[in-house]
Amino acid sequence: MAGPMKMRATWANGFTDVRVLMTHPMETGQRKDPDGNLVPMHFIQTITVQLNGKTVVDCQVSQGVSRNPVFSFRIKGGARGDKITVAWQDNKGDSNSLDAAVA
Amino acid sequence: MRLVLPLVLVLSFPVWGQDSKNQIQKYRDMVAEGSPAELFEIEGEALWKKPQGPNNVSLEKCDLGLGAGVLKGAYAHLPRYFADADRVMDLETRLAHCMVTLQGRTFKEATARVFGTADRPSEMESLSAYVASLSRGMPMAPGTSHPKEKEAYELGRALYVHRAGPWDFACTSCHGAEGKRIRLQELPVLTKVESARAVAATWPAYRVSTSQFVTLQWRMNDCYRQMRMPEPAFGSDATVALIHFIVVNGKGEPYRGPGNKR
Amino acid sequence: MSRMLLTVAIFLFPLWARAQDVDAVLKRDFHARGQATMDRIVQDRLQKVCTATHDNPPADAAKSIEAEQMKTIVFPAGSLLGDWKRGERLAQGGRGLTWNDKAGAPADGSCYNCHRLSPAELSYGTIGPSLTGFGKQRGAGEDAQRYVYGKIYNAKAYNACSQMPRLGFSGTLTAEQIKDLVALLLDPASPVNK
Repeated sequence: MAGPMKMRATWANGFTDVRVLMTHPMETGQRKDPDGNLVPMHFIQTITVQLNGKTVVDCQVSQGVSRNPVFSFRIKGGARGDKITVAWQDNKGDSNSLDAAVA
Repeated sequence: MRLVLPLVLVLSFPVWGQDSKNQIQKYRDMVAEGSPAELFEIEGEALWKKPQGPNNVSLEKCDLGLGAGVLKGAYAHLPRYFADADRVMDLETRLAHCMVTLQGRTFKEATARVFGTADRPSEMESLSAYVASLSRGMPMAPGTSHPKEKEAYELGRALYVHRAGPWDFACTSCHGAEGKRIRLQELPVLTKVESARAVAATWPAYRVSTSQFVTLQWRMNDCYRQMRMPEPAFGSDATVALIHFIVVNGKGEPYRGPGNKR
Repeated sequence: MSRMLLTVAIFLFPLWARAQDVDAVLKRDFHARGQATMDRIVQDRLQKVCTATHDNPPADAAKSIEAEQMKTIVFPAGSLLGDWKRGERLAQGGRGLTWNDKAGAPADGSCYNCHRLSPAELSYGTIGPSLTGFGKQRGAGEDAQRYVYGKIYNAKAYNACSQMPRLGFSGTLTAEQIKDLVALLLDPASPVNK
């Protein structure tokens, strides 16, 4: 059960800036809980970005990223009204995705 | 269409070095650009609208001071006196009040878990994030004219200098002199308008180092813990008075929270 | 003398009256948790005077407090220099006396929260003065040892309304632990003095 995601996509001067916030514990598998037990690995492994249905970013993410990550990137071109879809999947098979229109 | 990809993935390691202060500020600016506080705001909105308690009612008719269900600007006008409770209340106290009066929950149940963890935030934290976000840009304007508001301010002022406990601490022990810090954490002097304004404008906040959303009630509680004192009750006059004292000293500052802290 | 005391009393009365309010509020709004019991809200004379005078007591009152606090210091026999390596660990640690700490468990000195000590440690506080090079300045003789030990045991014996906790008097640190901190500050081999 994935937590909320938030995305902002804005077009300006020929570029589309996208910023997406993801809820995820991003456990490295190295951390110990207060009882001394290792907290199992639980982290986002892939993030994909689609622009109007076509995959434009295919990202492989590792444990080095902190909890509740921010993914920010810039697309050359794009236009207002274009549909951006960001989807992630983690090492447990859990996933989430969000659509936003470029403003 | 070519893709230019500067990946900005927020990493949670401390940045030491000669330029510690500068690096920390750069890191804070980076976090502020895509603040996880927004995730708590989303969660808070869902909780605000969720029917709960024996009455199976949402909080949507809660009066936070500007009228039933009026959220825009409500946080900026807190803490303030509420006639229906005959006391000064801050946001969290008022939310607990609505959980009891509207939703039919008991105070004990509604406040059983007011401070959450990184894995499981509390209802209060998420609701605080949501309500506070709807005061963005508005000048902080806590109540100052009602006699009980004046009393709360004076109580806050007295508590601020009150030395007690095995370590003889008062708020002033840490927050009494300009330019001081504990380890690398700078300490605002809350009796000074400039510092109080910055605090009033940026709490509640997302705390990066613990991935937790922290509120002013939490801050009062955790300060007393570190002062080696016994625990103040959630939403008590003591905690509300201190929060009121700080926000009144910081009044006029446009709210820019929920903020980000180390 | 009595006229001075009367003046001070008249000056302090409204503040004393306010102190009554705060005591009542603390009693009503606070509760015990873990080892942080309600006896902790009872102010002693020092805390009352420092609160009432905003940590700036008249000279006579300050001297009276300092003398009273000095009487509480218990100096162990023999050398007051312990092990600076243990001292550094104590200075780094922050455990002890909170409601999250186990009652009776060893506490730390929390020194780096407020002070600069070893030059290698960049994460230091500035509430208290820097102690880097302290032993270089003062030497490690008996006088210096007594001063440092006394100050850590009860800082108020030297400065009535100091913000430094009375680490020995409050039972936070043991005599052995304080000796280790004395070594951290005075031992020529300590990083503080390198």
